[in-house]
Amino acid sequence: MSLQTVTSMHASLFITCYNDTLFPETGRAVVRLLERLGVELEFNQRQTCCGQMHANTGFRFEAFAQAKRFIHLYKDAEAVVAPSSSCVAMMRDQYPGLIEELGNEDLRREFEALLPRVYELSEYLIDKLGIEDVGSYFPHRVAYHASCHGVRALHLGERPYKLLAKVGGLELVPIPSAERCCGFGGTFSVKNAEVSSAMLAAKLQDVVSTRAEYCTALDNSCLMHLGGAMHRQYIGMKTIHLAEILASTQADAERFPVEATR
Amino acid sequence: MNPASPDRVVLDPRFAPPFPQAALPVLRNPQLRKNVAHAIDVIQAKRGKLVAEKTDWQALRAAASAIRSHALEDLGTYLEQFEERCTAAGGVVHWAADADEARVIILDLLRQENAKEVIKIKNMTSAEIQLNPFLEANGINVFETDLAEIILQLGDEEPSHIVVPALHVNRSQVREIFARRMGLEHLSDDPKELTNAARTYLRQKFLNIPTAIGGANSLIAETGSVAVVESEGNGRMCLTLPHTLITLAGIEKVIPRFRDLEVMLQVLARSATGERMNPYTSLWTGVTPGDGPQRFHVVLLDNGRSSILAKPKERQTLKCIRCAACMNACPVYRQTGGHAYGSVYPGPIGAILTPQLMKMEHAQSLPFASSLCGACYEVCPVKINIPEVLLELRAQVVNQERKLAGRIFDPMYMGLRVANFLFSNAGRFHLAQRLGRIGARLFTRKDGWMHSLPSVGGKWTQTRDLRGLPSQNFHEWWAARDKGAK
Repeated sequence: MSLQTVTSMHASLFITCYNDTLFPETGRAVVRLLERLGVELEFNQRQTCCGQMHANTGFRFEAFAQAKRFIHLYKDAEAVVAPSSSCVAMMRDQYPGLIEELGNEDLRREFEALLPRVYELSEYLIDKLGIEDVGSYFPHRVAYHASCHGVRALHLGERPYKLLAKVGGLELVPIPSAERCCGFGGTFSVKNAEVSSAMLAAKLQDVVSTRAEYCTALDNSCLMHLGGAMHRQYIGMKTIHLAEILASTQADAERFPVEATR
Repeated sequence: MNPASPDRVVLDPRFAPPFPQAALPVLRNPQLRKNVAHAIDVIQAKRGKLVAEKTDWQALRAAASAIRSHALEDLGTYLEQFEERCTAAGGVVHWAADADEARVIILDLLRQENAKEVIKIKNMTSAEIQLNPFLEANGINVFETDLAEIILQLGDEEPSHIVVPALHVNRSQVREIFARRMGLEHLSDDPKELTNAARTYLRQKFLNIPTAIGGANSLIAETGSVAVVESEGNGRMCLTLPHTLITLAGIEKVIPRFRDLEVMLQVLARSATGERMNPYTSLWTGVTPGDGPQRFHVVLLDNGRSSILAKPKERQTLKCIRCAACMNACPVYRQTGGHAYGSVYPGPIGAILTPQLMKMEHAQSLPFASSLCGACYEVCPVKINIPEVLLELRAQVVNQERKLAGRIFDPMYMGLRVANFLFSNAGRFHLAQRLGRIGARLFTRKDGWMHSLPSVGGKWTQTRDLRGLPSQNFHEWWAARDKGAK
């Protein structure tokens, strides 16, 4: 079976602030994956943050400044791909309100022209490229955490499951109450650290009950939360962004075990 | 000392501790957490099943939302229409600008009746204005008749949910309360026995007390009618046996037409208790000679609602029909239960309603008591976008607080200001990343992880580790790769 690829597709990567700083392996995996599928990638070194942290904490002027910056940097992109559903949800759900409150007509027009070209990774693969089988191989037992913004803001639905179903060697195990929040919630995790930890404990119990080797998701934020507790408690399960699973091939599995080191 | 809550619960937003602090005793109480999680899991499962069987659920939701939005857009007209029709049918309508006015109106009405005792139907609005303690202080004995409310009243407990207010109390705790307060030493915790004990206690009240206070699920403008839905039949007793009935309702409760009930009743029962139809639906219009209460008063309460109505983003808060689906779906509420919210309105709806009723002068921690997971919005039968309102209120709190001197050096405020400064220029951001990498080394252990961080970071590391910063960021990797390619 040969790998389904595309031609003359261009995309600009948006590797959001915390992914650039804390989880560069996710960005690298997106590059490996999309280039393997034939997509020509660009990356603007001036990109920083979507503004979500500020918007969700009530710092609206600051969030607007980042929104404006994002729109200006990406307005000419053929497509924007971000391996983070919460950042894409920020743009779809919150940019319109921020622009209405603090922006102007020109910015609104630019944003409305750009927004349909902004994709979360699984949307880009399935909706834009029309590919479910990305030729990956990951011979492990994996639990998929359906992050809140992926489920309830972006309505990703079956997309991640379709991608996972086509990964060679992968055994997918369902997490009970899969759509319940892990308790991260950005600054919520420190402003309400104890309640957040109680939510995390409940989630962790469900995730651990799957006896998976890896817990995956489309948001490193949830994975940082879950993975941080797994490490603290010597749980012996690892977290890995879905992009890294999709980037893994049979050749990788033979040459070296998974790149993930978290 | 009461068994369910070792720490005194304060449900007055003016005096309650902030949410993170109020949540602590609950998080340490295994019995309470087990009771809450069990109760809402049961309701959630029932609701899920009944919503799934309704193939037109989303259309019903849209209709319910439209009815509520429309009523609010022309609230003044519909309220006047309700007043006119209710008055024409023999009811007396009173207007109360705030809690004080409502309490005084109700006390005066009871004094005119020479009432020393009054029976009550469960009513969130009366809890909002703290009616019971006020009446008791003025020499009037109040008897709740809803089973859960009896448990709370006799057990000196505070409500923790708006539909099932005693969900934090389990069966054996109910047995203890009833045995102690009703003098029934040999009472078992068999539900049938407990119900019989409550029935005996209640029957005596229904037959002897001629004055009742209730609320309203809907006020119908077209006919001047009031609708009350309930599960136990105690409401029906209070609405039919007494001579005098006083209904206390928020001004937002009005719906335009009688036929709108068709939609509202369908979404309410499914969302609130996971039933196709609630067991008792009572509807009445003014007074009917020789049938039911002969004196009927409606007290319409504003208490901050008009100011919510005036704000376009926040207005949707008033669409709420008090079904509690949002708190049943909320992962925060599932851990904390209702008491942590320091208000009679807990959960996601409480987190937006309470601070607004307090004119944003109290309960400022509540808009932050959410991970913004969106489960509340997904289940809300009238489509209140609770996360959107939470964000709006967070911005208001920050705008109030950022001017305060004490906040200038608050680590969270400083951190977010600095982050914005860095994010606004990639060069600055990249420099900060490099410096951060050096700084993080101080905290990174041999296993490559940070186990203990200072300041705000310490809030993270009290229960989670954080992986050490990588030696190469993504943008550095990309730049190196670009160079290699050339």
